[in-house]
Amino acid sequence: MSESERTNEPIIICRDVHKWYGHYHALRGINMQVHKGEVVVIFGPSGSGKSTFIRTINRLEEHQRGEIIVDGIRLTHDVRDIERIRMETGMVFQQFNLFPHLTVMDNITLAPIWVRRWSREQAEEIAMQLLRRVGIPEQARKYPGQLSGGQQQRVAIARALAMQPKIMLFDEPTSALDPEMIKEVLDVMIELADSGMTMMVVTHEMGFARAVADTMYFFDQGTIVESGTPDRIFGDPREDRTRLFLSQILSH
Amino acid sequence: MTTSTTTPSFPAPARVLPPPTERYTILGWLRRNLFSTWYNALLTVIFAAVIILAARSAAEWALTQARWEVIGANLRLFLVGQYPAAATWRAWACVVLLALLIGFSWGIWGRSQRAGAISLGALPFVLAAAAQEEVRGPLLITGSAGLVGFALSFWRGVRLQRIAIIGWVVYFPLVIALISGFGGADSPLPLVPTNLWGGLLLTLLLTVVGIVFSFPLGVVLALGRQSGLPVVRSLSVIYIELVRGVPLITVLFMAQLMLPLFLSGATIDRVVRAMAGIVLFSAAYLAENVRGGLQAIPRGQYEAARALGLNTWKMMLLIILPQALKAVIPILVGQFIALFKDTSLVVIVGLLELMGIARAVLAQPDFLGLQAEVYLFVALIYGVFCYLMSAFSQRLERRLSTGRT
Repeated sequence: MSESERTNEPIIICRDVHKWYGHYHALRGINMQVHKGEVVVIFGPSGSGKSTFIRTINRLEEHQRGEIIVDGIRLTHDVRDIERIRMETGMVFQQFNLFPHLTVMDNITLAPIWVRRWSREQAEEIAMQLLRRVGIPEQARKYPGQLSGGQQQRVAIARALAMQPKIMLFDEPTSALDPEMIKEVLDVMIELADSGMTMMVVTHEMGFARAVADTMYFFDQGTIVESGTPDRIFGDPREDRTRLFLSQILSH
Repeated sequence: MTTSTTTPSFPAPARVLPPPTERYTILGWLRRNLFSTWYNALLTVIFAAVIILAARSAAEWALTQARWEVIGANLRLFLVGQYPAAATWRAWACVVLLALLIGFSWGIWGRSQRAGAISLGALPFVLAAAAQEEVRGPLLITGSAGLVGFALSFWRGVRLQRIAIIGWVVYFPLVIALISGFGGADSPLPLVPTNLWGGLLLTLLLTVVGIVFSFPLGVVLALGRQSGLPVVRSLSVIYIELVRGVPLITVLFMAQLMLPLFLSGATIDRVVRAMAGIVLFSAAYLAENVRGGLQAIPRGQYEAARALGLNTWKMMLLIILPQALKAVIPILVGQFIALFKDTSLVVIVGLLELMGIARAVLAQPDFLGLQAEVYLFVALIYGVFCYLMSAFSQRLERRLSTGRT
């Protein structure tokens, strides 16, 4: 994605976002703008607030100060606004969180049918397209418990895409996977990024970041320590903490 | 990530072998399971002796001394109590419809369960062969209805499952309407006052009404207890803890004596009051069981549902409750079985369900002192129904299991 293609309005705007768990100050003034089609990678040590932050974008966590505007809608306590934002933002979780009592097909068509009110036929047609896109159309009638971790995560991506979201959020999508399954999930995500989807990805997969990220943000202790293009972050990290963290995760 | 550049020398893949087979003769099985050591052999001999002795004296009593005629002479009372003879066909109609529905549903959902189908399908015919003239006809019709229902399930080109579900939903109010009737003597279904309901009929009605109404109420209370709204939550907690702190008998007495006082003047039927007591009591326990299921659902399920834009109602109905209820099926069915047996307590407030009838029969001068025969018969009825509920729950669990979850 070149610079000129995203001179449009930002689709996610975060201004001075704060969040506390009890007395613990988890997010300490996050500022970020994400443009349409931009792929953002967020990385940092555990406890740095990166997962908390990505979960404030669709209000799975509530922020307590500052403002978050997603696709022109300001996140407040208004439940209808929150549901509108959730319809426009797909989310993929570390633990997949597929619905174990439903088949793969029903997992994917549930929200389109019950939230978007599509007909079952229409929803199933789109679901099959998505399953082909993530490479597992033959698994449609199985239950999540019968699939491998990599397959489950690809179903989870298809489930999120079925709502035709404008933004996709990924919260450590490959952290719970066996090594040989990470690639099949990353390949789907790379294809998605190439198709122009706006993506916010919390991950430690630096190969993925280098390949598709437009901007990388390094989080530590609830703040953004440093941000920039992958070339800049990998080639010329300006902060000691960034340099130290990168050396730790790239060395092994 | 790196692949070695030298040609790897893989060992030959291990041969795939079949699992070892174990074959026993009957003697081998006995030896292995009953006579493996000298003390196991000793225990086997002792227990075999005890069982044989007990079984022999029991059989001797049952075949020579027991006066089973008390059952035959009062069968009508045991089954329907004082329900008028002219209206007994209505109770039979309910049974026949039930057989039709069971046969139909079995054909749709349980076709693989051959042994169960054959034994349950044969039951009415076996009973008909053994029973008195009076009930032979209706039993044969019941058995045939089951077969017809099963045959109907092979009907192509219709939405069988939908028909079956509608059938079950309609069945319940239909039974109440059939049994209770309406209007005076000239109406096609004359009203049968509830004080004439009795025996197994009343036991089953109390149970079914108890289950059908307390289940949704219990789910609502469980959700209320989990609710984020403080008023809803505290009301649910107060209700649940209050009812759980009181024995069922007290609730039944309250329903009989206090309810009319609260609803000044309005008279409520005695059976309805007992039903209300059972429902309100059972709901509190159900709520706690359902809560256990709700707590077993990981947070990720809520988050995934919310992230997809589902509102609270849809999330609960489509994602959380199906999983929570599935997880507690054995506990719920256990509670329904307990409810079934607890209906015998309504004898305290003067209703003659199965146990009440048993006492009434024993009070007849002709049958004084026949406790063993009467109570064994009653126990057999309770046992059969409880076993059926238990077997159904195991079947349901297997059917709903979706691999590892």
